[in-house]
Parts: sequence; structure tokens; C-alpha cells
Amino acid sequence: MTHNWETGPILRAMSRNKVGALLIALQIAITMTIIINAIFIIVERSALMGRESGVDEANTFYLTSTGFGSAFNASSVIDEDLRRLRGTPGVVDAVQINAIPISGGGWSMSLKTETGADIDGIGTANYFVDEHGVDALDLQVIAGENFTASDVRLRGRNQSDWPPVAMITRALAENLFPDTNYADVVGKTVYIGNDEPVTVTGIIDKLQAPWIGWDRLEHAMLTPEKMDFSSTRYLIRTEPGQRDRLMAEVETALADAYPNRIIRDVDTLTATRERSYRRHSAMITILTAVMVLLCTITALGIVGLTSFNVSRRRKQIGTRRALGATKPAIIRYFMLENLMICTLGIVLGSALTVGLNMALVQWFNQTALDWFYIPAGIGVLILIGQLAVLGPALRAAQTPPALATRTV
Amino acid sequence: MFAYYLRLATKSIRRNPYLSLLMMLAIALGIGACMTTITVNYIMSSNPIPHKSDDLYYVQLDSWDPYSPFREPNEPPDQLTWRDATNLMEAKRAHRQTAMATSGAVVEPADQDINPFMASLRLNFSDFFPMFDTPFLYGSGWGSEDDNDPAYVVVISKDVNDRVFGGENSVGRTLTVAGKPFRVVGVLDTWIVVPRFYDVTTNAFQDTADIFMPFYMKRELELPNSGNTNCWKSPEGEGFTAFLQSECINFQMWVELPSDGERAAYLDFMNSYVEQQKALGRFERPLNNRLSDVMTWLENQQVVADDAQIMLWVALLFLLVCILNTIGLLLSKFSQRSSDVALRRAIGASRSAIFAQYLTETALIGVAGGIAGLGLTLLGLEGIKLLYGDFVSNLVALDIPLVIAAILLSVLASMLAGCYPAWRATLIAPASQLKTQ
Repeated sequence: MTHNWETGPILRAMSRNKVGALLIALQIAITMTIIINAIFIIVERSALMGRESGVDEANTFYLTSTGFGSAFNASSVIDEDLRRLRGTPGVVDAVQINAIPISGGGWSMSLKTETGADIDGIGTANYFVDEHGVDALDLQVIAGENFTASDVRLRGRNQSDWPPVAMITRALAENLFPDTNYADVVGKTVYIGNDEPVTVTGIIDKLQAPWIGWDRLEHAMLTPEKMDFSSTRYLIRTEPGQRDRLMAEVETALADAYPNRIIRDVDTLTATRERSYRRHSAMITILTAVMVLLCTITALGIVGLTSFNVSRRRKQIGTRRALGATKPAIIRYFMLENLMICTLGIVLGSALTVGLNMALVQWFNQTALDWFYIPAGIGVLILIGQLAVLGPALRAAQTPPALATRTV
Repeated sequence: MFAYYLRLATKSIRRNPYLSLLMMLAIALGIGACMTTITVNYIMSSNPIPHKSDDLYYVQLDSWDPYSPFREPNEPPDQLTWRDATNLMEAKRAHRQTAMATSGAVVEPADQDINPFMASLRLNFSDFFPMFDTPFLYGSGWGSEDDNDPAYVVVISKDVNDRVFGGENSVGRTLTVAGKPFRVVGVLDTWIVVPRFYDVTTNAFQDTADIFMPFYMKRELELPNSGNTNCWKSPEGEGFTAFLQSECINFQMWVELPSDGERAAYLDFMNSYVEQQKALGRFERPLNNRLSDVMTWLENQQVVADDAQIMLWVALLFLLVCILNTIGLLLSKFSQRSSDVALRRAIGASRSAIFAQYLTETALIGVAGGIAGLGLTLLGLEGIKLLYGDFVSNLVALDIPLVIAAILLSVLASMLAGCYPAWRATLIAPASQLKTQ
């Protein structure tokens, strides 16, 4: 069997052109190193980008209203604005809020289950909303109760204390009380900013913090507050398909209703997501482009070198054909030769891949590669190699047997 | 002789147009990828104020939580509290010094036709302007007498001046900011600092502020905090003063120390200040103060993004593949012409002449690849701009050193690729190939 596969002659032929074979093997090794690590990074980044914020992103927008002048009465303007927004046809609900999920800017605090300076706190994002927050953010209260209007207190601009009740996300509840079912966290007391007690009155299914790179992204806390700030944000959730029309309408309506203010930063949550994750989507695009180019270059290199080998060995091929070798045998010869070179490249490439990944882990805080990426990468490279060699091999098979007799 | 080699080279390139094109393409792609990522990294890590980057120092005091460092492993906080910033400023121990903060306020132009707008504010001391060599279009910064009992004066950006005053010399005119009338004392010219080294606590590739005003206006007008506010302990008590007296950090500080002696003296002063504060029950962490010059500070704040560096390494490997590819193609190309070599050798060409001729040919391919690579680099930079959006537009521009580097890199890469095949060609024995003809 071994004799039929001609590995011996192939090896002997290769040993006469070691450099050519080595060059291809090296190319394959480096290509493999790059594409496996690139695919791994791409998969990781895609997973990051796939995380949901918990908000009805497709139908939500927000804006900032900044009042000025001494006559500006923030509290009454906010009441009036919210009445107007909630009464607008097409608006599902609207809420005054201090920060926008996944936007990059917000407020965070540390929570503890016991007081004391030496007890480690658990970080959480803080959102200030009234009883409409749940509806406007599209949240589900999975245990306990939503806020009522009477829970909502007025927070002054430099006020730093906290209301007595709060709702927290399920992820936060489970991290604060790891031994308790999340539903039983309702009614428990947590301490905010070291020693201020707050009672958990509700658990919500999911809401992300404003910072997508934060390891506590799933931690959020809602407190029932109306902010008496002259510069404030509203988050508006609309019925499907109404968002873009309402954005323009709401902006004009609010600006017209009270001239002594600036309406700015009117933006959708979809655009916010795109902006926040832009770094990752850019990396994915760039690495994909590099991978495609690299595979093309390597494939072209293989085509070039094999073509060269074929033309150099035309006489030899002609002789073999004249002595009875079939066309498939010639094709198989070159495919097998490429497979052997590939194998060398792959062995080298596997080591390099793991090495590069270790370097990335060490210097760039990337995660370690999952093992199955390596066999997958090997498969891809063998496929590229075999496809690239097919053309020149087919041409080699066309060499007429008579060629051998003519030139010798 | 060189002209002769050049003529032979162009002939040879024309003889195998596809193979030559493939080589040029490989070199061009490798160079394009490398130069794009090198440009991004180069500008991200470039020295924004080369002539005095060794004289300007960023001040850090470790005022953080006794039980955990601001950042592992034991990094001091990246900003100062109001108390410490103002105490250090009042001590006036450096040649020049400025504490800074950012904020925002509504600007109400006197002209009713111009809509009020939100402006970004930078609160700083008068030394800020000479320290950072801010370019003035009109007027100048305010004097130090306006710092402590803050005068209602502002320096505005060119954009704001264009918007509110139609680009005229507005020095002496009045501008309403945060509801208060301010006198314009200076208008900055376009001021692009990449990276914006003097404040990297927020995006280091953002523009400079719209309006600059005296630092103590923060307290006077109770201006809101912009940028990052971090507290390891809640403010004690209520109101704006409680925040200013708290352990919350939102302020930055730079000092100018032109000599090593001054630098050592200032570090001593910082340490003795902290010792003094320890006596008051603050600063419970071990002494961990720091003075970092501009480049050290940028490195500490990791202004060069990890992704940009990963891309650079990937691009270098990519270039390596392109070079290996070119070596392979050159080998096959040259060996096809072994009879030429044999003939030339037989009629008297020396080995070094053959080597020089083939190297000329690869260099020519390199130059062509390099020029095409520059085009690809421009394309790549446009792509980066497109992918990352406006905030990197200051980042992506090719300058002359980079263009030269690109050409040199490609010639070097191609000659490197050409060496081995050219050397192989010289080994061909004069008569061997002639026989078969």
C-alpha cells in the first residue's frame, strides 16, 4: 500500500528542493498561527457583542434636556415633560433617568451585605427612575414589587444619601447572596456606600450597567428617585416602527414647550450599542480581512511554487506517463506532496499558535485558546493547500507521454 | 552598470508579468497592513509636546481606601481630591503648576439669533497656558492674580469664537456662561494635541475644551463634575462643600520642574505633605506618591490600545508571510532563467555581477510594491477611520517620515526576500545549462 502512495519518491524529490518545501511549510505555519488566533479573537468579540442589555433596544431613544436661566424650575419642567412624553401617541412609556445602559457613562456604588470597613463590597451600576422605569426599560419584575408613586423621592443636585428601597437585577442578587434563591432576596437589607441600609423590594430579570467592559456588567440597582437637576435625561420607549418619527417630533415638542433650555444628544439605543461596541466590531472586520488576504496569499504562493515544480518536472512526468502512470496517479502525486508539506507546516504551526496565544494571554489579557480551534484550523489549512494545488496538478496530468521521448 | 541592471530587471519583469505582479501585490499587501498599523501605533504613542515632555510631571497621591489599592498592583489613584489639589496649589512649590478639572455649562450668546449651546469647560490655573504652550489667536491667558479669588474671565476655543463672535477678535467682550457674564481674555487658535496628554483620564483622543476658566470657579459656581468621579468613601454630609471636602477624586494636576533637583525636591514636598495629612487621620495607605513625566504617564495610562498593538503584531506576521511567499516565487522565477545566468557567466560575468543584477530586480519589485503599499496604507487608514468613527480622525494621517519608512521597509523586505534566490542563481555553473540547449 505504501508503495502505491509513492511517499518514498515524493520525499526523495522534495529533498532535492528542500527550500521550496520549507518555504511553503513556514507560510502555512504562520498563516495557521494567525488565522486560529484571529478566529478565536473574533469568536470572543462576537460573544461580547451578542450580550443583551435587557432594554427594548430597537424601540428606545433618549435625550438630554439642559435648562438655563434663573427662572428655570427643574422640578416642574420635568413633571410637565414626563406628562407630555407619556401622553404622546406611539410612546409606550418614558422615564427620567440618570444614565443610559451600555452608553459608557453612569453612576456606580458598592454594596455590602454587612456593615464594616474591612468587608469587601460588590459594585453595581445605579439607575434613578420612578415607577415607570420598569415599563420604559422593558424590565420584568420576577420577584417582589415594582415601585409605587409614593416610593419616589426628590433627589437634590448634591444630595448623596439613598432612598430606603431599591430593586436589583437577578445577577446582582445572586452575587450578593450566593446561598439564597434570588426570590428570597426580596425583603433583605443591603448597605450602600459602607453603612447606609437599603431594603430590596424587587428583583428584575436583566439590566446591564453603562460600561460594557466592566466585569460587573450585569449588576444594576434601581432606586425610586426624581432628580431635581437642571440638566437631565429622558429615556423613551416607543411602539415598534415609531421610534425615528417620534425622535424628531419629541425633540421639537420639548424645545417648543420651554424655550429656556437646550435639547441635545438625542440618540437611539441602537446607535449607542454600535458606538460602545465599535472597537470590537472594527477588530472583527480587520481580523477577517487579514485572514482572507492571508489565505489568498498563501494559496497563491502554493499555486506559484507548484506550477514551477510542475514545469520543472515536465520531462519526469512525461516519462512516468509513458511508463504507464495514469492521470489520477499524477494528480495524486502532487496532492500528496502538498499534504506532506502541509503536515510539516501544521506541526510547526500548532506550536506557534499555542505560543502566540500564550503571548496574547500574557501581554494583552486575552483568554487561553480552546483546544478545538487547532484541529479546526488544521482542517482549513489542509483544504486551502489541496485546493491550491489542484490546478497545477491537473495541468501536470495533461502532460503528454510523448514529451518524454521527444526531448531525451 | 546599475542602469544596465535596471534595464535587465525591467525586461525580466516584463517577461513574467503575472508572477512579477503577484510578487508586487504580496509586498504591497504586507506593507499596506504593516504601515496602517504602524501609523496608528506611532501616532497613539507619539510625543505630543517633545520639547518639554521631560519637564512636565503628573502628580499622583495615594489617598485611596486603606484596604484596597486604586488599581492592582498598588497603583495610586489617577486623580486627586479637591482638598489635595488645592492644598498643593496653595503651596506653590513648583516652577509652574496647575490643577485641573472638567465640567460643562450652557453658553448664552448675546446675539439672539445664535442658539444657546452646551460647552465643555476646563477649569485650570493661569500657568496652564504657558505650561502646555497653548497657541493664542487673540489675547492671552489670564494672570495669576485672577486665580485665587477667581475673576470672571475665560479663554475660548476658535470654534466657540467663530460660533459666537463670527471669528472676530473678541478679547474684552462679554460671554454668558453658566448664567454669569464672563470677560473674554483670550482666543485659542486650532489646538490639536494627539494624544491629549494633559488629560487622559477620559478619551485621550478627544478634542480640547470649548472654554477655559479659573479653577476656583468650580466652587464659586458649584459647577458639575465631568469626567470620572471615583470615591472609595461617600462624602460626609450634604451639599457641594461636602463633595469638595470628600475623598472623591475628580481633579488632575501637572507641575513643571525643569531640573532633576527640583523634581527630587517636589517629590520630597509631596511626601511630607502626605505625612502631614496622615497626622490628620487621612492617607492610611503606605506612602505611594508619584511624579510621572509626560511619556511615562501616557504609558502608565496605556494610551496605546491593546487592540492596536495586537493588530501591529498580526500585521508584522502578515508581512513575514508575504516575504516568504516572495522568496518562493523569486526562487522559481530565477531558476526558470538559469540558462540566462549560465550564458552570462560563460561570457564573463562575475558571480557578484549576477547577484547585483538579481538584487536590483527584486529592489525594483520592492519599490513598486512599496508605492502600491502606500496607496493601500492610505486606503487602510481610511478604513480605520470608517470603522472606528470620528474620534480617531486626529489619529490617522501619514507624515513624511512614515512615507519614507514605508518605502524603505518595502525595499528592505523585498531585498531580504531576494538575497537567497539571487545567491542561488550565482551558484549556477557557467556551462551546465548551455549543454541542454
